[in-house]
Amino acid sequence: MLLELQDIHKKYGGVTALRSGNLSVAAGEVHLLLGENGAGKSTLMKIVAGVVERDSGRMLWNGNEFFLRSPSEAAAIGIAMVNQESLLAPHMSVAENIFLGREDRGAFGWVNRRRIVHKARRLIEQYGFPLNAESRVDRLSPAGRQLVEICRAIHHGSSLLIFDEPTSSLSDTETQQVFRIVRDLKARNMGIIYITHRMDELRAIGDRVTVLRDGNTVHTGNLADIPTDRLIQHMVGREVSAIYEREHLIPGAPALEVRDLSVRRSRLKNISFVLRKGEITGMAGLIGAGRTELCRAVFGIDPIDSGTILIKGDAARIRTPRDAVKRGIALVTEDRQISGLALRLPIAANVTMANVERISRFGFLDLKKQNRLAAELGHKLRLKSASTAQPAGTLSGGNQQKVVIAKWLFRDAEIFLFDEPTRGIDIGAKAEVFELMSELARSGAAILMVSSELPELLHVADRILVMRQGRISGELPRNSTQEQIMNLAVMDSAA
Amino acid sequence: MKLNSRVTQKLLPFVSLIVLFIALSITSPYFLTANNLASVARQTAVFNTMALGMTIVIVSGGIDLSVGSILGLSGLVGTMALERGYPIPVGVLIGLLVGTACGFANGLMVAKLRIPPFVVTLGTLGIFRGLALIISNGLPVHRIPPGFSFLGEGNLLGVPFVVWMLVICAVAVHVILEHTRLGRYAFAIGSNKIASLYAGIPVDFHVMAVYAIGGTLTGLAGMVEASRLMTGQPTAGQGYELQAIAAVVIGGGSLNGGEGSVVGTLIGAFIMGLLSNGADLLNISNYWQQVIIGAVIILAVTLDELRKRRAA
Repeated sequence: MLLELQDIHKKYGGVTALRSGNLSVAAGEVHLLLGENGAGKSTLMKIVAGVVERDSGRMLWNGNEFFLRSPSEAAAIGIAMVNQESLLAPHMSVAENIFLGREDRGAFGWVNRRRIVHKARRLIEQYGFPLNAESRVDRLSPAGRQLVEICRAIHHGSSLLIFDEPTSSLSDTETQQVFRIVRDLKARNMGIIYITHRMDELRAIGDRVTVLRDGNTVHTGNLADIPTDRLIQHMVGREVSAIYEREHLIPGAPALEVRDLSVRRSRLKNISFVLRKGEITGMAGLIGAGRTELCRAVFGIDPIDSGTILIKGDAARIRTPRDAVKRGIALVTEDRQISGLALRLPIAANVTMANVERISRFGFLDLKKQNRLAAELGHKLRLKSASTAQPAGTLSGGNQQKVVIAKWLFRDAEIFLFDEPTRGIDIGAKAEVFELMSELARSGAAILMVSSELPELLHVADRILVMRQGRISGELPRNSTQEQIMNLAVMDSAA
Repeated sequence: MKLNSRVTQKLLPFVSLIVLFIALSITSPYFLTANNLASVARQTAVFNTMALGMTIVIVSGGIDLSVGSILGLSGLVGTMALERGYPIPVGVLIGLLVGTACGFANGLMVAKLRIPPFVVTLGTLGIFRGLALIISNGLPVHRIPPGFSFLGEGNLLGVPFVVWMLVICAVAVHVILEHTRLGRYAFAIGSNKIASLYAGIPVDFHVMAVYAIGGTLTGLAGMVEASRLMTGQPTAGQGYELQAIAAVVIGGGSLNGGEGSVVGTLIGAFIMGLLSNGADLLNISNYWQQVIIGAVIILAVTLDELRKRRAA
């Protein structure tokens, strides 16, 4: 075995992050590491990468026990981590980023730019990456940046690479690209640890799998020997047949109607669709097909060039998000940290943010009322927090998403635009978010659910709209297949 | 435990203030006299009032580098009104309104031109100062009714009038920040402007309101300054913006927005006031005072950053 971890234990203060972490990785295999947020995956990987030290347990590298005190020690023996969030210098070139901090210096500490570019080019060619050594990193796609991270990690001959959710912000084609590279690295006899939340990509990439739950390794074995629902069961520790279950209601009157909507800047063309009360309308499409842009246009963020929006049958002029909010529209954005939450403010302030009017009189706040109502909502949504005074930024991804939803419930929104509502949250929290969406539908809300995870869409949505290149290319009933969706998402206009 | 450490760390500036106070009481027999304390109160009143306005601006994610110039311009125009024979309250009000107008202009540009507030107010720092010099021809206003000195130097019920004024302003700003919709929106905009916009908050309006309030308080500070000097100096307030910003930052305000409090700012302003008073009493040179205050700013923000990093 390349790497063996035995009974790794780690406590942070009073909190046990790892009880008994076990993991073994061979050279030339892709080892999947699964688990809910807080299961101990990150802690385990930080220990392997030398970022934190273990309290007890044994670590073996090629059969010999070893200790790490820093990431540079890990790098020295050949362990490298490809970070989830880009830690690159955006204004510098690909080559400069690859060698950042490890430049060969000439006399007087001069950095030889040409030599760096040359070396980077050789590395990129060697692996056949679609990268230009001289382009600036901030001009690259997320996948391109991921490639730069990979280059950084492999350029000094690592034999174990750790990928932490490399595809969470990538489109399907970009994901395929990353997969190809991972397979290539594997063929070069590297050991790869691959962390992911996306159940749909496991089998495309993994050889063996280890599942962590509550700081313990609860399963390890060949991926081929275990069905996906058993894996999920290991992750959440209970039966999960109910995760995707929901009753499908007969939809009510139209709540939002979009007719012939076009936005030149974001290349939306002649889009028409209806959202009905009590219905969850799914929306599929490749990244760049215009789904987020459509949400932005309907919500008044991007100005509409032509077309009409009707709300409960009345033509509505929506020119700003404020107009949209007043009309009962809610937008749950795909990046809640950037555009959904005031992370430094307490939960209560976030929950009431879209409807401060409700807790104020003559411009003065009724803080008691605020805390009471926020606590009630938090309780209703099973929000896990110490109190509503806790800053929203300290919550887990799933609980942050609940705060965003609570904000719109507090506003009594009736039309919900969910853009990738389960991005970056674990399976247990996903189930709860779906449950909330179902409850919303049951109580008469009209819901648009944009998602790139087709299994989720097929299970949760009542029907599915598919977008392609700024247009709606078709509509499918809920008992369709992934292939049918993909056909509509990628087909040629000629076909 | 978490809550406990958070409370103690929030108390850190306060504890520093107390320690400083005690240290000065011990080292200088003159420090604890009523005369000296009253003089500290008068000296710090101008910075304190400005810093209160700066607190709202910084909470909303902005910054106002032009406050020194606003202070000069409003003090000048206010005293010019007095010179022309307007009653004292009217003159003071005119000074305040000049401050409001300057703040509003800053807010308008920040909101509508979508330029960083740092740049907008760097520009108006020059513009407002230039206006003051143009209006006055560079000459100070001297013919001011003697009654005007009451604002900066007078006593009410045995306590300096500026202390009463400061208490009222502090309570008002505290209420605005913590108990009104405006304050809540300032925090929301400062913490996450995009999320605030998407929540339907009228962001532009509140940005303008915040700068206008900051400008009003600076206008008041300008009148206090003019009253203490009994002149309307077109050059008054040069460099004061750094004092005001430093007070907010020492008191736990974050230049990233979304954080800051009246109590913190007052403590920050008093720490700086005591440092400078103490240095005077202990015969430490003016030059060293600047070094000490600069070091305190860096130290305070470093400690605050450490606290936040540990909390994250």
